[in-house]
Amino acid sequence: MRTNNLILQFTSKFVFFIIFFFAVHIFFAGHYTPGGGFVGGLLMSSAIVLLVIAYDLKTVQMILPVNYMYMTAAGLILAVGTAAFPMFKGKPFFTHFFDYFHLPLIGKTSLHTAALFDLGVFLVVVGVTMTIIQTIGEDE
Amino acid sequence: MINFLLIPILIPFFMGMVLMFLHKKVRLQRILSLLTLFCAAFMALLVMVKVKNEGVQTITFGNWPAPYGITMVADGMSSLLVFTTFVLGFFIAWYSFESIGREREQFFYYPGLMFILTGVTGAFTTGDIFNLFVFFEVLLMSSYLLIVLGGEKGQLRESIKYILVNVISSALFVIAVAYLYSVVGTLSMADISVKIAEINQPGIITTIAVLFLLVFGLKAAIFPLYFWLPSSYGAAPIPVLALFGALLTKVGVYAIMRTYTLFFVHDVSYTHEILLILAVLTILAGCIGALATFNVKQIIIYNIVIAVGVILFGTAQMNETGLEGALFYLVHDMIIKAVLFMLVGLVIYVTGTSNLRKMGGLMKTYPVLGWFYLIAAFGLAGIPPLSGFIGKLLIVQGGFEAGNIWSSIFLLASSLIVLLSVIRIFIYAFWGEEGERVTVEKHRYNRMFFPTAILVIISVAYGVGSEWLVPFMDNAAKILVDPSIYVDAVMKGGE
Repeated sequence: MRTNNLILQFTSKFVFFIIFFFAVHIFFAGHYTPGGGFVGGLLMSSAIVLLVIAYDLKTVQMILPVNYMYMTAAGLILAVGTAAFPMFKGKPFFTHFFDYFHLPLIGKTSLHTAALFDLGVFLVVVGVTMTIIQTIGEDE
Repeated sequence: MINFLLIPILIPFFMGMVLMFLHKKVRLQRILSLLTLFCAAFMALLVMVKVKNEGVQTITFGNWPAPYGITMVADGMSSLLVFTTFVLGFFIAWYSFESIGREREQFFYYPGLMFILTGVTGAFTTGDIFNLFVFFEVLLMSSYLLIVLGGEKGQLRESIKYILVNVISSALFVIAVAYLYSVVGTLSMADISVKIAEINQPGIITTIAVLFLLVFGLKAAIFPLYFWLPSSYGAAPIPVLALFGALLTKVGVYAIMRTYTLFFVHDVSYTHEILLILAVLTILAGCIGALATFNVKQIIIYNIVIAVGVILFGTAQMNETGLEGALFYLVHDMIIKAVLFMLVGLVIYVTGTSNLRKMGGLMKTYPVLGWFYLIAAFGLAGIPPLSGFIGKLLIVQGGFEAGNIWSSIFLLASSLIVLLSVIRIFIYAFWGEEGERVTVEKHRYNRMFFPTAILVIISVAYGVGSEWLVPFMDNAAKILVDPSIYVDAVMKGGE
């Protein structure tokens, strides 16, 4: 089937990292501006899909030996765990906490528990998307 | 503890995630699922008692004030249904140990079970119309998993139909919610109730009411939207079928009851008249279906359709008696449908066929199964003092109070058809000549029979002990008749 994928394979090695960092950027941007875990997760999985297209499923599984099903479950636990945490403090479910911290190198930073929730969403989106794509891809 | 009412919903949700990691370890999954569902049922019982003693419990997510945040509300009806759901979930999970098959157990059957129960109980508890949609999706996605799990030919064919119908109805649901939002400008159910009362339900709201009936009717399988139900449910394996038959259509029924008692109560002569006519037609269609088939699964499945009609008939009366009857009948039907599917599953297991004409003579070899089936069948038809009686009595009484004499008599007559349809199974399967048999592993049979027997006893207790349940039902029905109790509880919770 495949004839000459050299250009695609070569570029995708670089483009993968560009998309990956853009996904991370979008993920953190999501707090005050458009973005967030969902979009970030979709971008991340699109980066992995690019690798799948350029190489094949087996190679990508070798490079990234991740069980995406477990990734989904871990994301869910993180997201719901963050939401459930305030229950132990006598606050309603889903109450978020934030404060300003002085971190070395970065300086004054606002840390928000919503980011943890979003990280959960990120993992779920990547997990689900990749599970679907793997399942469809395996049928060939 | 202000989050108390969420705990029964969160327990299975968390456990579903944990079980995803353990999907290869079948024994551990079984133990954990049973334990989880037992804890959840116990917590739901505590919530139910608390609601009865202290009134409606509410919590608004994220510390937002009430009409702006997403509110979860445990009132009489929802706490009762949540408790019933977990009790049934417990027994169905127990039953599925021996009947669902090891392959399915390893392929996320138990997580699917946990998530579907999360979705169902969440839908019962939520006080936000969009959030109701979200929980519908949670339970639907888990149901897609459960219906297709195993990948048999029939399952694949029917699950496509099932998914298509539900995707379309979900899309319609969002459209209906959007319409409603564009008119009243809020999504909190309590606030919607207030806003609709303020503008006194103009024609556009009545149109939306009918649209909602269409959406929920597709899920609840009312006439003429029940077309997808018999074949889709028929493809599912027995424990899944018991779960779907007992719970899924009831979520649709619950949604109709909630919206038609909380929102659309100012033009009753139009909206509830439609509901009444549809309910009667639903019963009629179900009766025809139940008598026309010789497939045991299908007979019980068509009885779901009949029961949906009966419950909605009670709702359509819009008086306290009718609504209380509808509640009684709703809980009764959840229990008895699970019981009947489990019993029918046993019959299919020992005969190896679901065709009535090939069965026969089971009474000699399985007398206990026969008697338990007979009790369940009488319970379904509503023979006093079994569980269906009190609900139907109150519904008919409500019908007479509301002046719907003929349709109430029709409802009574339909009970006979229901009785006939399930007794046919008894006559064909348990009487007569010895029919088809397959070799049965005795210990497997016993392990399937045990939870079924307990559930039959629970259904009998529900009928005999209905006197003790009356305070709970009264409490629940009062809120349905007078939405201001619900609204006040939500609004006060936000302050």
